[in-house]
Amino acid sequence: MGVVGGGAGAVSGGGGSSTSDASMSTVSKEDNPVLSSEDSSSCLDESELELGLGLSLGVGVGACKAQQGPRGGQYARILTAKDFPYVGSSTSASVSSSSSSSSSSSSSSLSRANVTAGTKRSADSVAAANGASQVVGWPPIRAYRMNSLVNQAKLPATEVFNSLIVKSRNSNPAVGKGTSNACVNANEKGQLRSSLFVKVNMDGIPIGRKVDLSSHRCYETLAQKLEDMFATSSTIMNSIRSGGEEHDMMVDAITPSKLLDGSSGFVLTYEDKEGDWMLVGDVPWGMFINSVRRLRIMRASEANGLAPRLEESNGGQRNKPI
Amino acid sequence: MQRMACSFPDEVLEHVFSFVQCDNDRNAISTVCKSWYKIERWSRRRVFVGNCYAISPDMVIRRFPDVRSIELKGKPHFADFNLVPDGWGGYVAPWISAMAAAYPWLEEIRLKRMVITDENLELISKSFKNFKVLVLSSCEGFSTDGLAAIAANCRNLRELDLRESEVEDLSGHWLKHFPDDYTSLVSLNIACLGCEVSFSALERLVGRCPNLRTLRLNRAVPLDKLANLLRRAPQLVELGTGAYSSELRPDVFSNLSGAFSGCKELKSLSGFWDVVPGYLPAVYPICCRLTTLNLSYATIQSPDLIKLVGQCQNLQRLWVLDYIEDAGLDAVAASCKDLRELRVFPSDPYGPEPNVPLTEQGLVSISEGCSKLQSVLYFCRQMSNAALMTIARNRPNMTRFRLCIIEPGTPDYLTLQPLDVGFGAIVEHCKDLQRLSLSGLLTDLVFEYIGTYAKKLEMLSVAFAGESDLGLHHVLSGCEKLRKLEIRDCPFGDKALLANAAKLETMRSLWMSSCSVTFGACKLLGQKMPRLNVEVIDERGTPDSRPESCPIDKLYIYRTVAGSRFDMPGFVWTIDEDSAMRLS
Repeated sequence: MGVVGGGAGAVSGGGGSSTSDASMSTVSKEDNPVLSSEDSSSCLDESELELGLGLSLGVGVGACKAQQGPRGGQYARILTAKDFPYVGSSTSASVSSSSSSSSSSSSSSLSRANVTAGTKRSADSVAAANGASQVVGWPPIRAYRMNSLVNQAKLPATEVFNSLIVKSRNSNPAVGKGTSNACVNANEKGQLRSSLFVKVNMDGIPIGRKVDLSSHRCYETLAQKLEDMFATSSTIMNSIRSGGEEHDMMVDAITPSKLLDGSSGFVLTYEDKEGDWMLVGDVPWGMFINSVRRLRIMRASEANGLAPRLEESNGGQRNKPI
Repeated sequence: MQRMACSFPDEVLEHVFSFVQCDNDRNAISTVCKSWYKIERWSRRRVFVGNCYAISPDMVIRRFPDVRSIELKGKPHFADFNLVPDGWGGYVAPWISAMAAAYPWLEEIRLKRMVITDENLELISKSFKNFKVLVLSSCEGFSTDGLAAIAANCRNLRELDLRESEVEDLSGHWLKHFPDDYTSLVSLNIACLGCEVSFSALERLVGRCPNLRTLRLNRAVPLDKLANLLRRAPQLVELGTGAYSSELRPDVFSNLSGAFSGCKELKSLSGFWDVVPGYLPAVYPICCRLTTLNLSYATIQSPDLIKLVGQCQNLQRLWVLDYIEDAGLDAVAASCKDLRELRVFPSDPYGPEPNVPLTEQGLVSISEGCSKLQSVLYFCRQMSNAALMTIARNRPNMTRFRLCIIEPGTPDYLTLQPLDVGFGAIVEHCKDLQRLSLSGLLTDLVFEYIGTYAKKLEMLSVAFAGESDLGLHHVLSGCEKLRKLEIRDCPFGDKALLANAAKLETMRSLWMSSCSVTFGACKLLGQKMPRLNVEVIDERGTPDSRPESCPIDKLYIYRTVAGSRFDMPGFVWTIDEDSAMRLS
């Protein structure tokens, strides 16, 4: 999330304890090097050092630079139409950490120009760990509202079309339930996906979490994310350690495959649209995304009898009546 | 003065105080003298806790021993947009347990963004004999089983309002748990429920409750059943339809139209999922009485919207999708002269291109035509400083202005300048502005305007704006009435935060995510300000594993007299006075 200009100076100077008495009246635009593109690049060097160590930020440095650009240098000049060639340009400007734009002008033409690039850059810096293609929580529309919109036919729609939709929905009341925040943008052009939050519960942990499935492209990253998510809870470490066969197992050592193949003592399962519980990983990712309602990290001992697709789930799970 | 105050018997004072309902006034009364403090605390019946972690249940109960109505808020506002990880907190359980023992006569519980379980609901239903009102706004953690307990046990229930909560739908049979002799329902809002409720039970319930005023159905209630419901409750004042679609049939239409005509008190309509435009004329007969119309789920075209809204001359509140287009808003401006609140939601927020001709012009028209306009929430894709200045000059009586330009960092589309002066005009002209949300390309200048002019501002939401700590400093040092500040993706760091630490104790809360605040600053703030809880929310693992200068992910600071909370999950870190990091 980019340490910009003045912020960088204060941070690297370790000014924590002294700034509480510092008089803010001395802070003025002159102190703030953001406006001057020369100063911003020198500050970049410092912040480069700082954020280069910032591991999980992922894009770290690149994001800092990239984000520096639009906020920094270009305020020193009038923007012209040349800066905004975004009309008609592709949406796939992958402003990734590899962008080595060092001057603010080049990054400004990259970013501010491209409508979605700005979004993506923030997405990169904000949600790099998720690999999200979109900014989390933006635009600020409640999931409740998005659910409803998504499950309706988009305009233009005739009455016939609408009544067809009603018929199909009445026969499948599972659609449109509020248990998962499914905001898939049902768009023929295959546009950017919005978020797809589903609940995740882990056996032994009373508090559930939510994970954004649309930020993943494969089972491996999803499993890794879930392990990270649940590894931060101390109770989970105990349950993994006590529930697992391997005594020398450390939480950090759980690789994605352990969750997926059950060797950690837990298996990853999901409830699909029909209310059946299935093992995660058996169907192609796209098919999984379309049918998953929620996830459960189940103790391997309870997962016996859970087979892909056809078998009915055993008594331990709750089947939703349809 | 002391002598005068004591010369009235307690009963007289209590009677006088009973006319004072506003919390601020009652707080003032309680500071006059010990005697007034004592009388006031015994007679306070209604308590509002804006942040459930700002105080403990025991402290509330100690001070106010005989409360009948409580309102609690839990998670920060940005939780609505998935910015607060699940499991953060906001559990109502300790409050329910404490109140079950201390307030046997509790009648009303209103919760917002809190986690409530089926056990909690069951405890409520069994602990409070005179329980009347349950409002769960954006809550989660419970299922229809909990609702069944409420229905079965709360014999005096008046209101059950589940506003936009996330409910686990186990079955629609919970409604059957209302006893056959239960007749006191006044308000029922189940719009958020996904499953079909038992319709026959619903019909019977509606039919035997003569005081039913508000009924908000869920989407699963089909249109052809609506007429029957309406005929059983012609006294309804507020109605939320279910899915508003059916095969077009004249008999269904006329039945529906007749049923609507029979509702002479109906003032508020909502619902309207899956609208079949052919059925809209069924509500025409009542349009002239409507004061509130929520069409924000109705995916219908502008001409149909215009025909409908054009008949609502008494409309005060309109929520609608951007399908209404600028032309539709022109029509609203011409017909709805009493409009106080307008909300326009985007139909395709993730599409990169505009899908409908809705621009800043629609809002300008409204600001010109609707002289009573006070509250605006507007999603659009383009804006100009000129338009904002026009709106500001037209409507200095505005109190809530929330503008969301969908693409972050969008400049004035005419001049390509930042939108600083436009928003500056808003805060300068609208002197009573209480709530403001910013968007578009913004520099530190807009914050200077806000700090200078927005003296009544209580809540500010900022995203993708500003250039430096100066921006944050302007707001914290200038906005005297600021209570809630929420910021995301702005280059604000430690300086402004630390320099304005004292200000934070005068506010309810501050949220900063994806900014440039370091863990070092958070630790310092936590150490120096014992009456603030400084919560660092970071799912990447302990902040100590990263350099102290590395920006933290999310920061939530709130004032509290209850100290650190005990229910923090593993991804929330807080710093206490010992400067030792505490994990829950």
